[in-house]
Amino acid sequence: MTPPMEHAPSHILFCDLSAGACRREPLDPGLARQAPGGRALAAVFLAARPRAAWDAPEAAVVLAPGALAGFDLPGGSFAVLAGTNPHAGGIVSVAVPGGLGRALARLGLAAVVVVGRAEAPMAVFLDADGARLMPLGPAAGQGTAAVLAAVPAHDGALAAGPAALAGSPLAGLWADGLHPVGPGGVALPLAAKNCFAVAARAMAAPAPADPAALAGAKAAMERLIAAAPALAGPCGFGHYGTAALLDLTAGRRMLPTRHFRETAFEAAGRLSAPGLFARLSPRAAGCPGCPTPCRHVAADGGVLPDGDAWSHLTALLGLADPELAVAAYAVCRQAGLFAPGAAVVLAGRAEAAGRELVPDALLPALADLVAEGAELAPPAMAVKGAALPAFDPRGAYGLALSLAVGPSGPDAWGGLCLAHELLRKPVATDRFSFAGKARAVYLGENAAAAAASLGGCPLYGLAVGLEEWALALSAARGEGVSAAALAGLGARAVFVERAINARAGLRAADDDLPARFFAEPGSSGEGIAVPPLPREDFLAARAAYYRLRGLDPDGRPTVEAAAEAAALESPWPI
Amino acid sequence: MADLTAALARRFAEKLAAAGLTDPGAAVAACLDDRLAFSRPSPHEEFLAGLVDRLGVGCVLLAPPAQPHRIILEFLAGREAPAIRPRDCETRTFFHDIPVIAEPTVEAAAAALSRRKGAYLPGVGILAHGALSPEQAFVTVSSVAFAGFVKFFADFLAASRAGTVDAAYAAAFADACRTLPPPPTVVPPLARGPFSDHETMLAAMAEAGRATVELGLVDSVFGNISYNLDGVLAISQTGAALDELPGAMDLVPLDGSSCAGLTASSELAAHAALAALDGRQAILHGHPRFAVIMSMDCEDLASCPQRERCHVDCARERYAGETPIVPGEVGCGPRGLVHTMPPALAAGGGRPGVIVCGHGVFTMGGQDFGEALAALCAIETSCRARYFAALGIPTETS
Ligand SMILES: [Zn+2]
Ligand SMILES: [Zn+2]
Repeated sequence: MTPPMEHAPSHILFCDLSAGACRREPLDPGLARQAPGGRALAAVFLAARPRAAWDAPEAAVVLAPGALAGFDLPGGSFAVLAGTNPHAGGIVSVAVPGGLGRALARLGLAAVVVVGRAEAPMAVFLDADGARLMPLGPAAGQGTAAVLAAVPAHDGALAAGPAALAGSPLAGLWADGLHPVGPGGVALPLAAKNCFAVAARAMAAPAPADPAALAGAKAAMERLIAAAPALAGPCGFGHYGTAALLDLTAGRRMLPTRHFRETAFEAAGRLSAPGLFARLSPRAAGCPGCPTPCRHVAADGGVLPDGDAWSHLTALLGLADPELAVAAYAVCRQAGLFAPGAAVVLAGRAEAAGRELVPDALLPALADLVAEGAELAPPAMAVKGAALPAFDPRGAYGLALSLAVGPSGPDAWGGLCLAHELLRKPVATDRFSFAGKARAVYLGENAAAAAASLGGCPLYGLAVGLEEWALALSAARGEGVSAAALAGLGARAVFVERAINARAGLRAADDDLPARFFAEPGSSGEGIAVPPLPREDFLAARAAYYRLRGLDPDGRPTVEAAAEAAALESPWPI
Repeated sequence: MADLTAALARRFAEKLAAAGLTDPGAAVAACLDDRLAFSRPSPHEEFLAGLVDRLGVGCVLLAPPAQPHRIILEFLAGREAPAIRPRDCETRTFFHDIPVIAEPTVEAAAAALSRRKGAYLPGVGILAHGALSPEQAFVTVSSVAFAGFVKFFADFLAASRAGTVDAAYAAAFADACRTLPPPPTVVPPLARGPFSDHETMLAAMAEAGRATVELGLVDSVFGNISYNLDGVLAISQTGAALDELPGAMDLVPLDGSSCAGLTASSELAAHAALAALDGRQAILHGHPRFAVIMSMDCEDLASCPQRERCHVDCARERYAGETPIVPGEVGCGPRGLVHTMPPALAAGGGRPGVIVCGHGVFTMGGQDFGEALAALCAIETSCRARYFAALGIPTETS
């Protein structure tokens, strides 16, 4: 048991599961200015640690709430979970939705750093009394619901399940039992420490330096969200979650179908989210205070699939049964299996076997995936070991580049290309061209990384820009921060992640898409031609991206760029 | 590649002139691909190159405003530095404020543009940057000009009512009025409805959108348009230019059976609500300037407890002549115009139009866009007359 936590200023909590002890240290103010929280802070932390295998006890897993996660900004409660990528080495740094980021921030924590290895499955529980390590008993093998039930009442929780216990490269996490956290394998670094849950109970919101200015920033964010059709519009995520995107990817002929062999699915009309919602009448649920909650819970308590899961559990498998997809998603949720990754593995096996998965075989096949545990081969249609999301790269070239170069693997929201290539925000760009896309990905990644350092929801990158985040951070801190300064913060965060990857041996070959996308066309039709991605143009765009990022032609930090970033090295001994 | 980039830069410089935002040949666009290219040689080349470099963006536009925007922005910049606070809703939502750059140095301009999408450099022009494409910068220039215009004339009327117009404002106002383009009078004939197939309907929408921009009733980057054909709403996409609609319209089933409207205008919900309340098939939304200005003119402004929040909270029933004025913000929030505008427009068997306070005008037409465009034009013309009448100026030229 550690002493009670102070509210502010922020602290770091170090949990050594081998020793069964936690200790708290104040956050260095110099570091806090350069890497105020979330993704930026997590990256700096991992960069400062010696390289370690993902499952080594000395490897660290960092859970860092966004710097503004404690305030009630819309979609602003996110944390970041970062550790060693179990597939590729290097970093895996992912967004954690729900109440956990906000709870940690309200406990005065800038980060929780987990090292060591417990004897048996544990949960880390944090509240105003301090941090406690709690044995989970058999819960981790029973399911994510059992894990959540085994931790005390909380405001936010991250839980792994049987897939992580079995060491599956498809093991994901669930936040608040509602939000899937992927990619597959993201749960492994925590599970290797025998940590299967982190939960927290919050205190009151921190006091901003300038409450009126913070209220103004919040109102500005809310106005922009309300004006964004994809978020608040009648067809937007606030009504149907990201499953709303399936009609769009179908209409644009970039719906990954039958293991990416096709990009249009003849039965897509049966998969419109409104049809499913009309039958199930789910209630909306989401992150605390979210004006457009994107999760939906059916009467039986089941969570409806998010866009990637919805698309991959249907079209990618050549299946058009909405209810079956919902049931499959429930199996994944219970097992702690990252559903889109699991679907990509099954679709790959179907292609290899030369016959499509029959509907009745889906649920047993998912159960088999869990049972295969660590023996399971990761998906082939993947980048850095993580399965591709539900957007065919042949249908949006900026997106293709961003999926290839994402430091933690293919993240559809990582370079903000979906915004301009598909959703026309802030302006529409030509999705079948690489012109200008290297810069778009570079700037989009910087903006996304900056928002993820402050607690921002990745989807809200569609509406809320760094101008608004700068207003909010300035109000919270009482010191002026510009949008450009935040973009610089994001750029440094991505650069540090790239440096971690380079140290682990990742090269340009790891920033690439599966060969199929350059060799085979998609499904042209309805006036839309879907040729293979032009390889030369892709390589030229990737080279341009490397130059912007300060990387050499093999994707590693140049000496000059690394020297510039060196001032960021963490002063932390752990 | 360099030639393509220069061509892109020229295209946007010409687009600014075509939109009446600058005089022909006045704008300079700097676009970066592998190398920096300019739309034309300019003494500001070094300055713009410095900005592109410092901001790390793909494009910077320098737009010396055409009249009356030059008079207006010079005046507002002098009076309101360090930043012009816009009064219209849309600019407030997307731009917060317009910084006034204190001196023509890369440092000062970069400092302003590192905070905002656009800024004003007195004596030179509007500066705007686009991270992704020059299109973003074009939208910003257009918005700055619109916001300045609305603020200049709205503030003048308020000052006039309060008796606080000083000599400088009066002189700038007289200069600006002398360069005002004449009010639109002749509405061009549009395709006659009802439209029974997609092709004809989409062509009619494109024609109406173009006419609305050409009449000066909306800047191309704003506004939206829809047509209800047998329960499927054809509607302009979000961010679509009203004068370049072909290929930028969505077909959205009004029974909500698909998510085809994900990329539709941010006012899709308002259009759909109107379609449910009112049998008329055509909906047109523009931002005619004097209608927006008059919607913010309130005799109670000095004493109203909600005076900073007219656009969301005004409790009074207000009209500009016969046309109702309703509050409401852009989009689908709890204070969105989706809750206020449709019932007002559909009231009494269907009104010709409704003004959304500080924002713009929605009109409808039975089977085609002829009536809707005529109503939009008539509302603007009458608001313009009312504006000058309220100042005691019987005709604009005197
Ligand atoms: Zn409008
Ligand atoms: Zn009022």
